Amino acid sequence: MRLSERPGERIDRGKTLSFTFHGKHMQGFDGDTIGSALYASGQRVFSRSFKYHRPRGLVCCSGHCANCQMTVDGIPSVRVCTTPLREGSAVKGQNYIGSLQHDLMQATDKFAGPFTPPGFYYKTFIRPRKLWPLYEKFLRGAAGLGPLDPNGSRQERVDVENRHTDVAVIGGGQAGLEAAIAAAQAGNSVVVIDEGYDVGGVLLADRDGIGTAAELRRAASEAGVEILAPAIAIGLFEQGMVPVAYGNLLIKYRAHRVIVASGIVEQPLVFPGNDLIGVMLPDAVRRLVNGFSIKPAERAVVLTVDDRGHQAAADLEAAGVEIAKIVDFRNESPTIEAQGKGGKVAQVSISGYHVKADLLVMSGSPQPNYKLLAQAGARVAYDESRGVFIPTDLPANVEAVGAVTGDVGEPAVPSPILDHRGDKCFVCFCEDQTTKDLKYAIAEGFDSIELSKRYTTVTMGPCQGRLCHTNSIRVYAKTTGLDENTIGTTTSRPPYTPISMGLLAGPPQEPKKRTSLHHRHKDMGGIMMWTGAWRRPHSYGPDAGAEAQHVHEALGLIDVSTLGKILVTGPDAGAFLDRVYPNRFSDLKVGRTRYGVLTGDAGRIMDDGVVARVDENTFYVSATSTGADGVYQWFTWWNAVWFMDVEFANMTGALAAVNVAGPHAREAMQRVSDDDFSSEGFGYLDAKHVTVAGVPTLALRIGFVGELGYELHFPGSLAEHVWDEIFEKAADLDPKPFGLEPQRILRLEKGHVIVSQDTDSESNLHEAAMPWLVKNDKEFAWVGKWATQQVADRGLKWMLVGFESPSGAIPVEGGQVVVDGVSSGRVTSVRKSVELGKVIGLAIVRNELAVDGGRFDVQVNGRPTPMTVHLGAFYDPAGEKVKS
Amino acid sequence: MLVTCPNCGPREVQELRCAGETTKRPTSTPTVRELNEYIYFRRNVWGTQREWWFCRTCEDWFMAERHTYTNEVEKTWHPEKSSASRKTLDGAT
Repeated sequence: MRLSERPGERIDRGKTLSFTFHGKHMQGFDGDTIGSALYASGQRVFSRSFKYHRPRGLVCCSGHCANCQMTVDGIPSVRVCTTPLREGSAVKGQNYIGSLQHDLMQATDKFAGPFTPPGFYYKTFIRPRKLWPLYEKFLRGAAGLGPLDPNGSRQERVDVENRHTDVAVIGGGQAGLEAAIAAAQAGNSVVVIDEGYDVGGVLLADRDGIGTAAELRRAASEAGVEILAPAIAIGLFEQGMVPVAYGNLLIKYRAHRVIVASGIVEQPLVFPGNDLIGVMLPDAVRRLVNGFSIKPAERAVVLTVDDRGHQAAADLEAAGVEIAKIVDFRNESPTIEAQGKGGKVAQVSISGYHVKADLLVMSGSPQPNYKLLAQAGARVAYDESRGVFIPTDLPANVEAVGAVTGDVGEPAVPSPILDHRGDKCFVCFCEDQTTKDLKYAIAEGFDSIELSKRYTTVTMGPCQGRLCHTNSIRVYAKTTGLDENTIGTTTSRPPYTPISMGLLAGPPQEPKKRTSLHHRHKDMGGIMMWTGAWRRPHSYGPDAGAEAQHVHEALGLIDVSTLGKILVTGPDAGAFLDRVYPNRFSDLKVGRTRYGVLTGDAGRIMDDGVVARVDENTFYVSATSTGADGVYQWFTWWNAVWFMDVEFANMTGALAAVNVAGPHAREAMQRVSDDDFSSEGFGYLDAKHVTVAGVPTLALRIGFVGELGYELHFPGSLAEHVWDEIFEKAADLDPKPFGLEPQRILRLEKGHVIVSQDTDSESNLHEAAMPWLVKNDKEFAWVGKWATQQVADRGLKWMLVGFESPSGAIPVEGGQVVVDGVSSGRVTSVRKSVELGKVIGLAIVRNELAVDGGRFDVQVNGRPTPMTVHLGAFYDPAGEKVKS
Repeated sequence: MLVTCPNCGPREVQELRCAGETTKRPTSTPTVRELNEYIYFRRNVWGTQREWWFCRTCEDWFMAERHTYTNEVEKTWHPEKSSASRKTLDGAT
């Protein structure tokens, strides 16, 4: 129920906001949080507890605890007490069967509760093992927080930003804002990050404080301070890194100085029934009364160890709530039990004397909110005189101001643990752990707080220990007789508050690269596929076999612009390549090309490509599409040590490349170029500077696809022009584009290897059937020499071989090679060749199988199917076509 | 974590690539043990370690001394031609 208009209230009664709660239309005011609007309209059940499905209501109203977690607009586990109300929000509860009000799963509380001590599930459901899938199905459904729709897609875009600031202030209470203003006035850029619905911290609970908070906010804005609220500083990392969850934005702040002003966390008292709806912390009720002008109840009892309870009582009284009784533990220590009806407080038993009440304010001694500091590496020590845990030994460039330093006001009296009746004295609300559970764990031998945390899961819930850490330590102290400092605290870890995985995953986009000819492929019907980050045409129609066949019979063009292209130039260029490649390049003649494979010093094949010598001091190195950046880094890394007189330029993005292949390739080139493409003037494996369609081009005559072909490299900006010219001028030769899939068929017919398809992280030159590349007579020990030699010395175990499938059955790539029932290798590539009229492939097999005509089986459709080894190329083994 | 590229200044670690601690490439044919140590074994110290870094912005390699526990990068520099490490991949000697 709303009170009549009060000075200082944060709601704007002139502006009504509509939202739905379980589909029902509700209203609140601008300035409301979802939590306050629901509470004002009479809603008391906000959530169901994790394990026992007990109804829970508002407890802290400041974003600390998890008792108000709901699903808002499809996003689960939103703390509605600090989430500003938005027009049209769809809000619903979570973790129940039936309804939030009447959760059928509450049976677990009535019946199973007493029988489910810590470890119950581990101990009970381990036998029989066979039944676990059945148990799991039930248990997964029974416990947990809000569900994500497994079929849903992300509704809202999330973004990640990097920002720099001189000073980041975490916590926008009085101390934080004052520090921020001072820092800003000294000329620093300052940001204030606060998890509340507004800055002000504990001021927002106080009738006069609300005005002070507004003034501070205004002063901060005027001083140029940027204010983010509600925003969560997820963690505090080295070198001033503060990642902040701010709505759908993850901001990674890099701050020269971090000021932590995270204030206090009010602590609950531990007594029977302390989780009933209507048992609240003092600042929670004060926020409802003073901020949102809500009369939270009719009749209240206050339990307190400090003045905070009395402040709450005064505010309640001013709001017309009858104060039935105030118990101040500084003067008396009665036994307490809250008794409920329908999960809500109905009466409080004080040393056996019953007091009717629908609100029970509990004020334990507040604790400094030191979690972020501890997580950043600060030590936390217990100050016995004040009853608080204080962060010390702060990391460099991190300061703490305000109450988080331990300055929580009046000397606190450690909160009593009033578990005289044992049952349902909750220490941890998130995980439904009672004092009984903790004592049970201690009795079972989990006598260190860290062990107990793992066993009982106390402090591991979504409140991250803020409401249960201190009380669990106190239960330990009381039970074991040790003092708080000896028991110590558990390790604080990020995130400070649970945040959505989507925020960490970043924006829903994958970077994609397109070649200069992308739109031509689309226009020509290219079926695009992913290859690494590249979008490339798989084929230009459903029949990739026919597309390959056209290259054999007429003329095909394939866009190979994705190839890595590195210019290696300088007097030492040849000597450099001799060092990084197993074979020799210093003796390569100008205008010639040579195939090269790169290995690391472990002897494993990294990448391959063609190297052309363009002039005396210049080599043009091609690398695989995915290896381009890696090869460039590999070259420059070695030369960062060797300091040879050589330079590297990565031309991958600047140049386009097109392979023109097929029996008509020569004629096609002559239509678009005046240069000599004759067999004599431009031989196989030659590299020449030519002009194609008026464009300066480096042409390499190589035969990856097994037919006469010219790989043309030219500026990417002119790619469409060159492509169009060839198609136009050679139209009568029937040019057709071909995609990656036909290229894979064509190269397989030649037995050409694709690195990382037919090789893996274990492949070496000998066992990939390329011993002819190994030149050990070079002066310098080329990279990979020693390890490659070791393979030769130990003897070959595996060999990459070609095979045919006589039955025509097509094994899967990765299929297991079997000989006499023993696993003997695997298939790496397999395709059906129209040209050859058979199924061919490559496989890594045991070396003894690598004889022409040898036989092995591969599982096809679960049946061992015989295959025949074929060494060398399947198509045109003498290379007459490519040399024609 | 911030690392200062000698060319580009302080950069977020995502803009760089760490290639690990420096290693010493044998200068003559190694024994199997020596080769395995060079390829597979790292000192993995607790404390200051010399590492190779690659800056994706200027595409240049540089060396860094980083504390492996605190991640504080104490020093970064481009290797120099005159340095004793010229013949080996080793910054530690």
